[in-house]
Amino acid sequence: MIDKIFPDARAAIDGVRDGDTVLIGGFGEAGNPTELIHALIEQGARELTVVNNNSGNGEIGLALLLHERRVARLICSYPRGSHAHVFETLYRDGQIALELVPQGTLAERLRAGGAGIPAFYTPSGVGTALAEGKETRTFAGRDHILEHAICGDVALIKAEAADRWGNLVYRKAARNFGPVMAMAAKTTIAQVRKVVPLGELDPEAIVTPSIFVSRVVPIADPISERDHILALEQAR
Amino acid sequence: MSWTADEIAAIAAAEIPEGAFVNLGIGQPERIADFIPAGREVVLHSENGILGMGPRPPAAEEDMELINAGKKPVTLIPGGAFFHHADSFAMIRGGHIDICVLGAYEVAANGDIANWTTGKGGVPAVGGAMDLVAGARSVRVITTHTTRAGRPKLLQTLSLPATGRGVVDRIYTELGIFKPMGEAYRLLRAAPGETLEAIAARTGAPLRQAD
Repeated sequence: MIDKIFPDARAAIDGVRDGDTVLIGGFGEAGNPTELIHALIEQGARELTVVNNNSGNGEIGLALLLHERRVARLICSYPRGSHAHVFETLYRDGQIALELVPQGTLAERLRAGGAGIPAFYTPSGVGTALAEGKETRTFAGRDHILEHAICGDVALIKAEAADRWGNLVYRKAARNFGPVMAMAAKTTIAQVRKVVPLGELDPEAIVTPSIFVSRVVPIADPISERDHILALEQAR
Repeated sequence: MSWTADEIAAIAAAEIPEGAFVNLGIGQPERIADFIPAGREVVLHSENGILGMGPRPPAAEEDMELINAGKKPVTLIPGGAFFHHADSFAMIRGGHIDICVLGAYEVAANGDIANWTTGKGGVPAVGGAMDLVAGARSVRVITTHTTRAGRPKLLQTLSLPATGRGVVDRIYTELGIFKPMGEAYRLLRAAPGETLEAIAARTGAPLRQAD
């Protein structure tokens, strides 16, 4: 019997190695797998390359992983933010490497990684500092730059519901990077609000089919980043 | 007398046609959503995976899993849809978005735009801006006409690192509506009480009257 359900986040995160590339879903406060990141901190892997759209909010989740100095390099599109002080301090002090990527190129590099496409040409970023050193080719009279796929050793994502095979559905804009990261990693670990019996998810509505998911952890009531940020602000 | 921020947003909104798919950037462009003329159906796209984005909800109905590119709570209107990031940027990069409206640090008369880094050692952040300027059919900018220090933002050439080259086709400021023409800007419309000469004095490239 296929059963990808793990009892807790710490058990599900097992096997992440020092130096791994970890894809972490989420955009702003939506879709962050905060409990899985906390389990990764407990697990102890270091010198990680992390791929995320942002750079963590407040002092939990990705921000805490950065604070604990587990991340050598961040690949992201928008590390600036009103609650991104942990990253900003590390960056200013030269304690973390940053690879800045246009957001669409980031999503497409992940999609390509999951789809077996090693690289692709895009006009996004042409003529800018982010195109420096990249191969350029002209198609239909327009310049394009070569961008390489991103593959992860591990993806940590958050979804709304799963079954024991690992089929996933998401909620609203918390879907964001989850589906492409699930495709792009060797091991994809999803935290979900609920696990439902096999056959209960509408096959027409499954967003991430089970083939892209390795492990599932039910986290019924995940930490609210908004409550955390409010508490931080009140403490100041 | 220059236009207020709300007046600029209303003017930019009035130039968005029925049925358009529109992406609004973080900050001042977001305000356009509040001024789409009544009865006109415009579909707002948010880069984080929303088509049919509606206005900010009452505080009691805020849902942090339904947010816009600026990470602020929004709503979904009937007909709206959610999708993942690669699909969202396929809409942008595949040429499916009719209009995007962005903020800018600087614009050049040849249509170049700078809005991702001040180049001063702060944290750079590009987000979806380079995809939008490369993929949207019409790229429009809303910005103040000058910096807080009084320097023109509409320049001959950029002083800051570019987000895109030769992409901007309309600029809205508190002083007027402008079109980059290559060597100069064309003044399409002046705010009430403003003259070509007065605006030109606050613009970093030649300014010409519309024909």
